[in-house]
Amino acid sequence: MHRVSPRALWYWVAKAAVLWVVLLVPQVIWWFADSDGAGLPHLIIGVAWLVLAAVHLAVMPQWRYRVHRWEATDTAVYTQTGWLSQERRIAPISRVQTVDSERGPIEQLFKLANVTVTTASAAGPIKIDGLAAKDADQLVADLTTRVGRTTGDAT
Amino acid sequence: MTTALGPAEEAVVDAGDGWRRLSPRMLAVHPVMELRRLIFPLVAVLIGLRNDDGGDGGWWALGIGGIGIALGFLRYFTTSFRITPVYVQVRRGLFRRRTLTVPRDRIRTVDVTSNVLHRIFGLARVTVGTGQTDKKNDGVKLDGLSAAAAENLHRELLHRPAVEPIPGVDPATRSQPAEAASETLLAALHPAWIRYGPFTLSGLVTIGVLFGIGSRLVNESHIDLAKISVVHDSIDYLRDRPLPVAILLVAAAVVVFTAIASTVGYVLAFWNFRLSRHSSGTLHVRRGLLTARNTTIEERRLRGVELSEPLLLRAVRGARVLAIATGLRVGRGADRGGSVLLPPAPRAVAADVAGTVIGDAGPLAVALTRHGARAGLRRFTRAATVSTILILIVLAFVLLAGARWWAFWTALTLLPLGALLALDRARSLGHALTADWLVSRHGSLVRRRYVLRTDAVIGWNMTTSLFQRRVGLTTLVATTAGGRQRYSILDVPDAEAIRVARAAVPGLLEQFLAD
Repeated sequence: MHRVSPRALWYWVAKAAVLWVVLLVPQVIWWFADSDGAGLPHLIIGVAWLVLAAVHLAVMPQWRYRVHRWEATDTAVYTQTGWLSQERRIAPISRVQTVDSERGPIEQLFKLANVTVTTASAAGPIKIDGLAAKDADQLVADLTTRVGRTTGDAT
Repeated sequence: MTTALGPAEEAVVDAGDGWRRLSPRMLAVHPVMELRRLIFPLVAVLIGLRNDDGGDGGWWALGIGGIGIALGFLRYFTTSFRITPVYVQVRRGLFRRRTLTVPRDRIRTVDVTSNVLHRIFGLARVTVGTGQTDKKNDGVKLDGLSAAAAENLHRELLHRPAVEPIPGVDPATRSQPAEAASETLLAALHPAWIRYGPFTLSGLVTIGVLFGIGSRLVNESHIDLAKISVVHDSIDYLRDRPLPVAILLVAAAVVVFTAIASTVGYVLAFWNFRLSRHSSGTLHVRRGLLTARNTTIEERRLRGVELSEPLLLRAVRGARVLAIATGLRVGRGADRGGSVLLPPAPRAVAADVAGTVIGDAGPLAVALTRHGARAGLRRFTRAATVSTILILIVLAFVLLAGARWWAFWTALTLLPLGALLALDRARSLGHALTADWLVSRHGSLVRRRYVLRTDAVIGWNMTTSLFQRRVGLTTLVATTAGGRQRYSILDVPDAEAIRVARAAVPGLLEQFLAD
């Protein structure tokens, strides 16, 4: 059972930070739009934002890193993801339809990549986040050859 | 990068012959269809014309109508299709020529529909389902073949001599030529079933649609509703009554109207209903009073059945049956999509038909394993949480926005109602695993029993929330290529989830979860 790359910790921090900054934007707009009003509501919401963001950024990546696992054997792919809500997904290689690898802008920053394995079910994609880029390439190559050996239309 | 791993599906661009056209009679139907799509702007323009006395509204209406008719004609001239031994191809579009190619062995379902307009001209629409999970792509749709041609095409596409073994069909019957194939009737509409019509609530949809059309017309034509005497009088009448009486009157009107509309809807959708099995390995569903619908499902694409019992229907011991098949997505409401195997009917008949369809009555009758007290308790805590949040919202309105206190007292009834719902939901929970079938049941407002073939399970998802982990429960989801794509067993104890997943698909889970 493999853990994801330790750099994924920082990737999750960066992703969450982007989200929190986006959440800050309407507050700032509100602050400027209503500059003559009382400062207290702004202060309360600002402090709440700060506390929630700090706790989320401190806890979530560590927790995720402890939970996230993945493994690909000759017959199946397995992932374990999440933190508060966790999910384990298993799909047999013989039912895999596509293997997809992607590197978003934040992932490129940390030299990471994700691999998505889809089956014929809309509910079945298996996404492995936070892989080191070279591991991802290796995994895609491995999976592709393994899937190529199976027959049938995988439904 | 995306690596497609399915069989090669490159488009065959062949300038050869074999291209066929839709029926020329469609020249009469397409323009009407296009006009129907433009009905709202047209009506709005016409009403505007009447109100404004003159102007150039009439020219606008004429222009819009003309464009509609021209588009309708063009559709006939730009659409052609052909069937090769390997592919079905459809060409359409004037400026953007598109050729859609579907490999024939990917065809899961063929659906022949003819609405009133089609039937006047003896035409039909053929929809070929390929099991694509992409919702936007509506696949091959041939609108306007003559009824005979549609029937031929239907046979040509599905009743081909079987080239690959069909699971569940005796090899001796398989080698028969298509002409000698026979048909067995599995179920037909019994007029007494129409009594289940009022309990389907499909009439609520009708009310919604009528309301939508009405409000749109009112908006676009700027009619003042209060000036129409019927509306005016009934509002006045209601205003004179005490509030509870007025509410009761409105509720009674809605109930009566829903019951009537639901019954009419039942008859329209399911009149002439027949479910039959063709010995070449297909199921046929024929139904509809005004719009005749003829759906064919290949049995080798059938992955299971779903027995669905909405609360009201369950109260009168009724149920309906849906197919779980690749290429059939389950839509909203009873008759969206072609997956209906049996309209609302007595529960015993429904279970019987479902058992016959899958060739095994066991999974429909098998006693279900209960999920235990902890799973039941979760139903109650969730119902209580939702009710409490709603009550607090109402309370906030009362305290801050000056709503009346009786609103709060009414909202309090949500708690016992929620508890009743939770009790029923807890009682519904259950699952079972027989030799070939995975059975799961849950729900209260709509209780569903899913029967899924274990070899149709193409993966497992096991989700646990923080609260589920504290009490050791897991939601086990079997993913599949057909129907709802995911069939879940809610809140089973962890060990039982792993046991079921292991027993249903041996050799998969053992590698990863060694407990």
